[in-house]
Formats: sequence, structure tokens, C-alpha cells
Amino acid sequence: MTPAQHVSKPTALPDDSTLVRSLRAGDESAFVTLLGAYEKSMLRIAALYVRDDSVAEEVVQDTWIAALQGLDRFEGRSSLKTWLFSILVNRAKTRAQREGRSVPMSALTGDDPDAALPAVDPDRFYPPGHPRRPGGWATPPHNWDELPEDRLLAQETTEIIQRAIEKLSPGQREVITLRDVEGWSSDDVCNVLGLSESNQRVLLHRARSAVRRALEIYLDEPDQATR
Amino acid sequence: MAAESMNCKELVELVTEYLEGALSTTEKRRFEEHLGNCPGCTAYLEQMRRTIRLLGRLTEDDIRQPARHELLNAFRQWKRG
Repeated sequence: MTPAQHVSKPTALPDDSTLVRSLRAGDESAFVTLLGAYEKSMLRIAALYVRDDSVAEEVVQDTWIAALQGLDRFEGRSSLKTWLFSILVNRAKTRAQREGRSVPMSALTGDDPDAALPAVDPDRFYPPGHPRRPGGWATPPHNWDELPEDRLLAQETTEIIQRAIEKLSPGQREVITLRDVEGWSSDDVCNVLGLSESNQRVLLHRARSAVRRALEIYLDEPDQATR
Repeated sequence: MAAESMNCKELVELVTEYLEGALSTTEKRRFEEHLGNCPGCTAYLEQMRRTIRLLGRLTEDDIRQPARHELLNAFRQWKRG
């Protein structure tokens, strides 16, 4: 896929009050602009909660309809973006519950099953009593800059990352998808998921650390990670 | 113990806070002091940065363009209603 084929690149959005005014006035092009900016992100985020793509699409459709119905009540206290995605996340969670799926409890990081998992396997470091380097690297990480770029950009590397994300706890998966895949600010993520800055950071840290670990296993020993 | 220098095992747990600009001035200084003398942690930080960049490339994966027909109809109806 060449960049030129990537036609759906989101265009810059007008500011919220202009956009809301246009929408309320029934300006269809404003609606299409908004759809173009967010519909793919919405699908990707809905897919975090519900089982299949068609249900994710339904959730996104319902979200837009609910947003239109609620637009007159939109007061601009949050950004239009966080308002829209809050509706999306609520609907996706409700739908997931109906499907009997466990739903991320973002606010309750204490319940995170792998809360205490360290970023790096403790065996990689010298023990605390080590005479020269207590807590220092016994097996230091490799320099990935020495790897051929093709390797890092290969489809297989992408699959390793996707699989690593799927294995994360739901809360970690939400945060890393919004922050690093979608490129959101931490403020937006906290607003939409109802997280404190520090909880968000803890989830992000664990998620990134786990993805790095998966990449390291694959990049150091490709045979081991593919199965 | 704050004056004691940071070790590698501690540093790896602070990488996200460092990248988010959430470390205190003192901790940031300890972090960077350690980094300056430690090729292992420098490689580690670089791996984390690379991981983040690779995560950002996942959006290039082609997701199907959702059908707009119904939504545009909904918009037109909403406008009338």
C-alpha cells in the first residue's frame, strides 16, 4: 500500500464551536468531515470491546445517531472529540456486557491481574547483593538501531505487536490503543476512560513494557515468538 | 536514599514517567545521570521509543471504510426533525 492510496487521511477539523454550529444548521459537509476524522478510530476502539466487526460497526452507527440526537445538549464543557468517544465507549461497554464479555474496569487498576509484573524479567539484572553492579543489567537489551529497517517494518513485526496487544489486560489494551496507536493526548484518554493521570500512566507503562518484551523476544529469536 | 544513584532495574520502571515528563526534577536528573553512563539503559530507552513508534504505525493497517449511507440518511432526517 503506497501512501498515495491512503485517501482517507483525516483533514484538519474546524474548531468545536464552528463545527457544532454547522452541524446544528444541518450542514452535511460538516458531518462528513467529522465522520472522516473519527469513523475509523471509532471502529478500532469499538472493536476493543465487542466480539466482531459487524457489531463494532453497529456500535459506531448507534454512537453517531445518539450524538446527533444529543447535539443540542452539547455544551462544550468537554471537547467534541471526547464527548463523541465517551458515548462510543459507553455504548460499546453496554453492548459487550450484553454479549457476556468482561469489560475493562479502567478505574480499578488494583484489580489488574498482572499489576505487579515488572517491566523486565528480574533475571535480566544482577541481584541486590552483587558486589559491583547490584540491580544492573546482567543481560542488557540489544541495540535495535543495528537491525535492518525491513525487519522492524515487516508485516510479521506488526503481527507480533497486534498479538501482544490482544494479550494485555483490558484496561492496558484500552490505554495503549488510544495513546500509542491512535496517538491521543493523555488528557483525552483520561477524560474518555475516566482515569486519573497516574492510573493512566501505570496502565500505559505496563502495556508498553509488555509490547516491548514481545518485540524483543521476536527480534532476538524470531523462531520462538512465531509460535 | 534519594541521593543514591539509580540502578538499571529501577530505571526501566520509570521510563514511561520519564517519557511523559512526569518525573520530579530530582528523579529526572538521577534518570539522566544513569542513562549517560549506561549503554544497556540507553538501548532500553531506545527500544521503548521504537516500540511506541511501531505502535503508531498500526493505524496504517487498512480498516474497511464504514458504510455512510445510513448515517447520511440519519443526518438528513435529524436535520428535518
